[in-house]
Amino acid sequence: MSILVDENTRVVVQGITGGEGTFHTERMLEYGTKVVAGVTPGKGGQTHLDVPVFNTVADAVAEEGANAAAIFVPPLFAADAVMEAADAGVDLVVCITEGIPTFDMIKVKRLLKEKDCHMIGPNTPGIISPGKCKIGIMPGHIHTPGSIGIISRSGTLTYEAVQQVSLQGYGQSTAIGIGGDPIVGLKFIELLQMFKEDEDTEAVVLIGEIGGTAEEEAAEYIKQEFPKPVVSFIAGQTAPPGRRMGHAGAIIAGGKGTAKEKMEALEAAGVFVAKSPADMGAKIKEALS
Amino acid sequence: MKIHEYQAKSILNQYGVRIPRGEVAETAEKAYEIAKDIGPKVVVKAQIHAGGRGKGGGVKLANTPEEAQERAQEIIGMNLVTHQTGPEGKLVKKILVEEALDIAKELYIGIVIDRAKEAPVVMASSEGGMEIEKVAAETPELIFKEYINPATGFLPFQARKLAFQLGLEGDTFKQAVKFLLTLYKAFESTDASLAEINPLLITGQGDVLALDAKMNFDDNALVRHPNIKEMRDLNEEEPLEVEASKFDLNYIKLDGNVGCMVNGAGLAMATMDIIMYSGGMPANFLDVGGGVSEEAVKNAFKILISDKDVKAALINIFGGIVRCDLVANGIVKAARELELNIPMVVRLEGTNVELGKKILEDSDLAFFSASSMKEAAEKVVPLASQ
Repeated sequence: MSILVDENTRVVVQGITGGEGTFHTERMLEYGTKVVAGVTPGKGGQTHLDVPVFNTVADAVAEEGANAAAIFVPPLFAADAVMEAADAGVDLVVCITEGIPTFDMIKVKRLLKEKDCHMIGPNTPGIISPGKCKIGIMPGHIHTPGSIGIISRSGTLTYEAVQQVSLQGYGQSTAIGIGGDPIVGLKFIELLQMFKEDEDTEAVVLIGEIGGTAEEEAAEYIKQEFPKPVVSFIAGQTAPPGRRMGHAGAIIAGGKGTAKEKMEALEAAGVFVAKSPADMGAKIKEALS
Repeated sequence: MKIHEYQAKSILNQYGVRIPRGEVAETAEKAYEIAKDIGPKVVVKAQIHAGGRGKGGGVKLANTPEEAQERAQEIIGMNLVTHQTGPEGKLVKKILVEEALDIAKELYIGIVIDRAKEAPVVMASSEGGMEIEKVAAETPELIFKEYINPATGFLPFQARKLAFQLGLEGDTFKQAVKFLLTLYKAFESTDASLAEINPLLITGQGDVLALDAKMNFDDNALVRHPNIKEMRDLNEEEPLEVEASKFDLNYIKLDGNVGCMVNGAGLAMATMDIIMYSGGMPANFLDVGGGVSEEAVKNAFKILISDKDVKAALINIFGGIVRCDLVANGIVKAARELELNIPMVVRLEGTNVELGKKILEDSDLAFFSASSMKEAAEKVVPLASQ
């Protein structure tokens, strides 16, 4: 099993005819993801990469039964694209776009409260259930099917974790990048809840970074309710305060959001915390032995 | 993005937020003119991005235009050291000359985005003039908060609630409600990430004004506010960071001597961390972007070697979709063109990794290859200390 996406996921790509949209749709199709439709307003009726293109997400849902949307739309139009997908009734929106204004995402999240729709991202590599479905820009070939769930605020650091987990002989049930922005869709706790119910997930790797309090909140949840082993690494232990470290959300503000606080909270919750990023794989082995 | 106090006040004023009369100056003569115009009593305030200016001697009272000129003379060109500038301080180039008002009460108002609640929050406190982090830690009951629903905006009843909680009444109460509402309007309309009025001044006559003002903006939204984007002051930023931003590189200078070039922000932070665990210290944070274009690598090298503290570099690229042989070719080409002469440890991962390593090893440049982050960090730290 897996969470959120599997062999039954039918993907509509918003912005399919753009450069990024085209490149990554090709990679997704190669991986075996069922990309059933694309949306580019004004290009409805065309086909692109042998995929039918529609003017609206609603059309893609009605005609092709799309139940998940991948968004490759420029930052100032991305919030609108997410809300269109949610309104059209898809179950999941994966927003790859980086650089969306915070206020736009605040509005999106308000709207999502009224819809039965989950969002992943923005500013995320996406989600993959190895061997079943990949929605996003991560390299498919480094993943192997297995029993470790991965949740991360990062992109390439997630690939690093996947590789370390694989080198220890474990595959992944589902790997999710939740996004590097201050306001994102699904967060650690919601995803942990899903991994808790997923019978095939034995353990979870949680990769956090400086900024915000999402890791502390996750630690509290793990302590109270999460029965499976969790391994964690927090990036930015050497990051100076007050500086935005690449990701819009990675900033220590007013002395809050340091790696130290997060690591301590996770350790206190019984999480196997890898201090060095090189030890994530070894910690998984320790957690499962 | 950060801006100066005088810029924040001019933005706020456009939205109807009441501010003291004043003007910005770059010379002592100009300060004299302004004081003559709005004085005689004025306050001369150094304009730098750091807080704590008063304690550092960057804010001075003057009773006459002549005194204003003298104070301005002292402040312009001074190296202002505050708890936020670091020991090296900041050179003052501009001052704000403002009418001096009588202070009956100092309050605090701040608006930020609450990440956990996913909403803007307006905070008010009777403890004006203090650092709000300190108030939050020691007397959290003295901070009142109202969360904003983005669909409705900041509602008048919420503003009234805060003004009552601050213990205001009469005309001052009315002015404070209007102040709060207009301040929020400015915050929302400009895609700000912070609007802080500390202190909010209540004068002897009961008038409400922003004595100080600090605004930060969401970098992602600056594209829709070109007038605010223009307010960026490059003098306030580290020169190498300004240079890097021209190339769209995420670069932050740090104190160590191991230069880093990494694709992806999370991996870049993790690389800094592992350098520390291997006994070294990173010289910088540098994210060349997930795609690792040849152009980006070349520009990143230029920035790295401009930092004279860098004694060795660690290049950590998790290629993924990007092919390692292309990355390796780009690195070699850039290093050759720039005649790099510092030792470089390269860790490549992804498609065609063996080919990539071979390209680096055959290049006759000072490349050392590593097959894991840990190995790379353990190799680069001794090279940097040689």
